[in-house]
Amino acid sequence: MAEPRVIPQVIVVGAGPAGVRAAEALVQAGLRPVVIDEGRRDGGQIYRRQPEGFKRPYAALYGSEAARAKALHDSFEALRGRIDYRAETLAWSLWENELHVASGDRVEALRFDALIVASGATDRLMPTQGWHRAGVYSLGAAQIALKAQATAIGRRVVFLGTGPLLYLVAAQYHKAGATVAAVLDSSPLSLRLKALPKLLARPEVLVKGLGLVARLRLAGIPLRTGVTPVEIAGVRVDGVAGVTDRDRGGDLHTIDCDAVGMGYHLRPETQLADLARCEFRFDAETRQWLPAIDEDGRSSIEGVYLAGDGARLLGADGAEAAGHLAALALLSDAGHGGLEAEMARLRLTLLQMDRFRRGLAAAFPWPAEAARALPDEAVVCRCETITAGTLRQGVAELGACELNRSKALTRVGMGRCQGRYCGHAAAEVVAAAAGLPLEAVGRLRGQAPVKPLIIAADSADTEAAA
Amino acid sequence: MGGRFVRLGETERRDLSFTIDGHPARVLVGDTLLVALLTQVGHLRQSEFGDGARAGFCLMGACQDCWVWSETGERLRACTTPVESGMAILTSAPEDRWPSLG
Repeated sequence: MAEPRVIPQVIVVGAGPAGVRAAEALVQAGLRPVVIDEGRRDGGQIYRRQPEGFKRPYAALYGSEAARAKALHDSFEALRGRIDYRAETLAWSLWENELHVASGDRVEALRFDALIVASGATDRLMPTQGWHRAGVYSLGAAQIALKAQATAIGRRVVFLGTGPLLYLVAAQYHKAGATVAAVLDSSPLSLRLKALPKLLARPEVLVKGLGLVARLRLAGIPLRTGVTPVEIAGVRVDGVAGVTDRDRGGDLHTIDCDAVGMGYHLRPETQLADLARCEFRFDAETRQWLPAIDEDGRSSIEGVYLAGDGARLLGADGAEAAGHLAALALLSDAGHGGLEAEMARLRLTLLQMDRFRRGLAAAFPWPAEAARALPDEAVVCRCETITAGTLRQGVAELGACELNRSKALTRVGMGRCQGRYCGHAAAEVVAAAAGLPLEAVGRLRGQAPVKPLIIAADSADTEAAA
Repeated sequence: MGGRFVRLGETERRDLSFTIDGHPARVLVGDTLLVALLTQVGHLRQSEFGDGARAGFCLMGACQDCWVWSETGERLRACTTPVESGMAILTSAPEDRWPSLG
């Protein structure tokens, strides 16, 4: 057994389930990691804490996950004095062994020997004509409005998309007293039955999911599967007025509403892994590029570990295990011994969760064909209102068959969100127009800053010297 | 239209006042600027590409759709900024600083 070397400087990016469990394992090994958190408080998105002064109890906020949320928050509280916690701080770039962070208008470069990126995920979006209108939100947004602010995104809300979050958020809205006008799922029920063997890898989660659907049905909320979203209608000033979809029989239905919560499962936030030059691989099952990691969370770059939904979409429980395991891998690589039994146990847990993940991916597939069917006038990039027609024109007239080329020529993915919400759909539109397999059109490269910085951002070093 | 967001609870908090396009509004301490605005009005800003009103999208600081202007010329990301007493917010960009299409 090798002796531990000099205590390494470790940075953990993210303070959600993966980041907190990673930091905890590092602290237990005698390290004092820096923990970078964009949030005001720990918990990440899934276990996001409500602001000071809000009084809802854990059970009301986190439902069946209340105990897990409380355990994670308590663990973090116990770590507070033993880590260098930087809240409201953005890790905006990475160059060699320095992570560049910004907090308000101050920027700083932090050196690291090893880095654990637990950057989480956002909603994965497939555009529907009219999705740029005021009143359309991601499913995650709808949930944050409720959990963090005790508000609903509208008076009559349609939930549209696919995946477990679709039903979870709809059920949470109904329970909190909001009006859910309909739940429209693009995935047919038949796929759920086919995916059942894999979904049985986590029977307790499956039962919770079925319970959500049953509660929505019991409440009399219209709930349809296998739909094709057609249009989110509305006007320029007031925004959303209704959702039109086509059912499997080909009939059109329009539901009046003043808000839409939409999303098609999640996509990992991979910009930092990209800037660290980690290798990416195309995942044919979910039709997206993911950073390559080994079973413990090691990326292709030495000293860079990836954990949680930012690397593999295993949900909150999976993220806790992945964060823990990545930290143990880091420690093991740094010469710490005696970790093998715990690592083996975590690998088994993750294997089971990965089987369930694949079940979800099969049950609630990314509706790639919807991109092909988008009318030319539909907005793909909400930030700069780049339409499907413009992307197709880029392919046909300018030969922009590679996504970064399309970005350069059409500006798709160049706007405010930097391609987070249009990138996957744009790739599908370009691939379909070019007649290429999706993996052949590539992926939008991550660019620094990974999110906008305040222009007046000033270096802490410069300030100290002045 | 009036407000877009609907409060479902947590209404026992203290209130505070700020202005939206010069009109005074009372909201609750602990509201994000986004929620403070959208419980009063239907939008946060006008798209600079001429396609109409915008009211945010992700609420988690990822999409940048919810940036608003203050009367003093600051730009604020409404979903991650807590509302403060006395803030003076504009829901359209001052044209002399930020030209828009449409």
